[in-house]
Amino acid sequence: MKRLLAILPLLAVVVLVQLLTSWSGTQFYLTQMTMAAYYSLLIIGLCVLMGYAGQISLGHAGFFAIGGYLSAALTTRSLVPFKEAALVRLLDGCGLLHAGRDLYGGELLVVTPWAAALFAVLVAALIAVVIGIPVLKLKGHYLAMATLGFGIIIYRLVLATPWLGEADGISGVPPFVLFFGVTVSGESSVRILNYYLAWGILLSGLILLINLMQSRIGRALRAIHGSEEAADAMGVNIARFKLQTFVLSAVFAAIAGVLLTHYNGGIGPSEAGVMKSVRYVAIVAVGGMAHLWGAMFMGVLLNFLSLRGVFGSYDDAVFGLILIVIMLFAPEGILGLIAGRKKPAATVPTVEQDGEV
Amino acid sequence: MAILAVENLHRRFGGLHAVNDVSFQVAAGQIKAVIGPNGAGKTTLFNLLSGALMPSSGVVRFQGKDIQGRRPFEIAALGMARTYQNIKMFTGMTALENVMVGCHLRGRAGFFSSMLHAPWTWGEERAVLEKSMELLELLEIGECAHVLATSLAFGQQRAVELARALAMQPSLLLLDEPAAGLNIYETAEVGRLISKIRDMGITVLLVEHDMSLVMDISDEIVVLCFGEMIAEDLPAAIQKNPEVIRIYLGE
Amino acid sequence: MTTELFVQYLFAGITYGSIYAIVAIGFNIIYNTTGIINFAQGEFVMLGGMIAISLLSFLPLPAAIALAVLLTMVIGALIEIIFIRWLENPSVLRMIIITIGLSILTREAAVHIWGENIRALPYFVGNEITTIGIMGARISPQVLWVVGVCGVMVVVLHLFFRATSVGREMRACAANRLATVLCGINPRNMVTFSFVLSAGMGALAGCVMSPITYTQYDMGTGLAIKGFTVAILGGLGHSGGAVAAGLLLGVIEAFSVSVVPLAFQDAIAITILLLILFVRPHGIFGSGEAARLKAF
Repeated sequence: MKRLLAILPLLAVVVLVQLLTSWSGTQFYLTQMTMAAYYSLLIIGLCVLMGYAGQISLGHAGFFAIGGYLSAALTTRSLVPFKEAALVRLLDGCGLLHAGRDLYGGELLVVTPWAAALFAVLVAALIAVVIGIPVLKLKGHYLAMATLGFGIIIYRLVLATPWLGEADGISGVPPFVLFFGVTVSGESSVRILNYYLAWGILLSGLILLINLMQSRIGRALRAIHGSEEAADAMGVNIARFKLQTFVLSAVFAAIAGVLLTHYNGGIGPSEAGVMKSVRYVAIVAVGGMAHLWGAMFMGVLLNFLSLRGVFGSYDDAVFGLILIVIMLFAPEGILGLIAGRKKPAATVPTVEQDGEV
Repeated sequence: MAILAVENLHRRFGGLHAVNDVSFQVAAGQIKAVIGPNGAGKTTLFNLLSGALMPSSGVVRFQGKDIQGRRPFEIAALGMARTYQNIKMFTGMTALENVMVGCHLRGRAGFFSSMLHAPWTWGEERAVLEKSMELLELLEIGECAHVLATSLAFGQQRAVELARALAMQPSLLLLDEPAAGLNIYETAEVGRLISKIRDMGITVLLVEHDMSLVMDISDEIVVLCFGEMIAEDLPAAIQKNPEVIRIYLGE
Repeated sequence: MTTELFVQYLFAGITYGSIYAIVAIGFNIIYNTTGIINFAQGEFVMLGGMIAISLLSFLPLPAAIALAVLLTMVIGALIEIIFIRWLENPSVLRMIIITIGLSILTREAAVHIWGENIRALPYFVGNEITTIGIMGARISPQVLWVVGVCGVMVVVLHLFFRATSVGREMRACAANRLATVLCGINPRNMVTFSFVLSAGMGALAGCVMSPITYTQYDMGTGLAIKGFTVAILGGLGHSGGAVAAGLLLGVIEAFSVSVVPLAFQDAIAITILLLILFVRPHGIFGSGEAARLKAF
């Protein structure tokens, strides 16, 4: 219960922000706060992977894109031409398809958002397993390059596949009715609802991860980080835990992708770009590698500022600069600088002892 | 009955024969010591036993099972625990958390139940916490429980490492130079502690440089020199063995 | 496939392959003295091309290229001195992130200075349509420039490491850092020098390739990942292997054009990289032992 109490002040801030914007007539800020919350869902997942399991990933935008693009394509691309195919009839029979009319009144048959979302997240998890098994055996530079390579492949696939909209991306993604009365949608009539929904999901994710870190599994992960050799000798199955954490963070990224795509009503190839992956790493680094709270705070703050266009055409440059400055002067993150004095628990992953293969 | 049997074990590094045809057995409930000059292959031997290194040839049987090719975490699950010559603390974790990691194998909580903080994991967590505190107190470092392990004094870190290994409830404990870097009082303390561990029913195999400690506590001694086994005998006989004396004192 | 087409593809492959080899050798030089993979390696190539193109408005081509290479070397030195030199025992992860940050900053600076347009240096000899016939195929003379310059660079570099005292000191530094300190060599200066050297090589490659492959602000990442693929394929730290692996990758890419859509061409290199990493992380041409010994 103590852990849940720690969330309360944050919850109060969330409510306060909503009240303030409503009172001052600046509800439009809530849109970016909602988007920032979804991005932060990816950030906290990546934080567990980088800070606790000590594995860098330069391909997390890839998992975000798998989630976003699959759910977007499945809920917009009509299956009418394949109406008679056995698979489509089976899906229809299971109630997983949704018939409707498109803008021009034509017949439209698409996968329902729930089914598409589950499928998208499942695919992301499966891909994470398949590439995770070999990739996580790598260390240091090799791991960084391998995940970067994965990210670039996803980016190229997106750009070269007509079904995924190539350079234009996919638009016209329908709202996602989570359950009765609660819909993920960017329409201004449900803006406040969506703000609370996004933050509810982010805080739930945070609680799940905090629970995880304070458990047997979390201790094992931190032990791997502290000394892989000794953790091995304590009976910790290192390969399995690294893989599970990788998959977990990929699932968080995919869920963020699904939800943000429905919220925005579309997704574009830049979401799969290398710069996005680097940006996520930068945010985790600023927040402090092993600080879930710091990562979440920075995730919301920096994404909000970026979405508001505060950085202008220097958007990517700002994140590059952040990366360098943080790694040069405060490798434990900004919050790590303050908290580090008392509780040096948050150390930068020391890959150096086992950095070489 | 022998809890550990080593048969014709070899390990080469390039042209170097670090462990050369070593065979011996450790009986359950014994304290057995491996001694030898620097570079005799003692630590390599430990790494071969715990699975950190693969032998070039030979067999290691632990509790009757051939553990050839098993990963360290699998061997740990069979009941073998070890400590390191140059202490390997889990950085960023407190002494207590270090010991709690030692209880890892006894836990059942998985990824999902941990994330949900499921009620059925609470009892397990409490038991792990109590057991770990108990071990820290047994080793008289209870007051350091919440201190970052790497900021403890050297001797205390050794104690944490030992508590961590005991938390695994091993049937065989490998101690790699438990007295290295300790003064004579602390060394005597470690000796008493090792005897106590044996009395708890845990078989101990140790590598040690400190002859007084080895002679004091061991039931049997194996002598290695440049990877080869020179002698295996009772402490009193080892002290009189002319070849061992030659190795240690020169011609 | 006709002989002409075969030769055509082969030369295209060798051209790109030479560039990849130079980027890979750039990785190797810095890796050998520091143990760091410089993720900003591809940016040196871009900078060389871009600076030369800008200088061309004031200077004749050879002078523009020479000055561009020189300026990129200065930038390489500054990067090392400002961002790397003073770090005490940085972790690998920290160095990865810093060099990635440098790569992004360089690219963003480039886009603000030169814009997003594709630029190019003029052909050194003739123009786009000048060709020479080799075994029935029509090859641009620029291809020979690329291959020739890259070849000369590899040879000069080899001689430099074998025959000059600075080269020998760098090799010593790679083999055993502590021992070099004891011999009175300052390894930090060697590290700076390795950045200067790999920046200069990258810049020169960027200049000779510019007429054929063009120069754009964001070309660095693609080159870096291909250069890294080649460096790994050839055995990290092993420059002879890098040349062979570079040519191999270039040729594979060139011939794949007839099979794989152009958009997936980058994916070939990355797939090779991933396969190599999973199967033989010490490379096809390097041995595991050599990778550890970090020989040039």
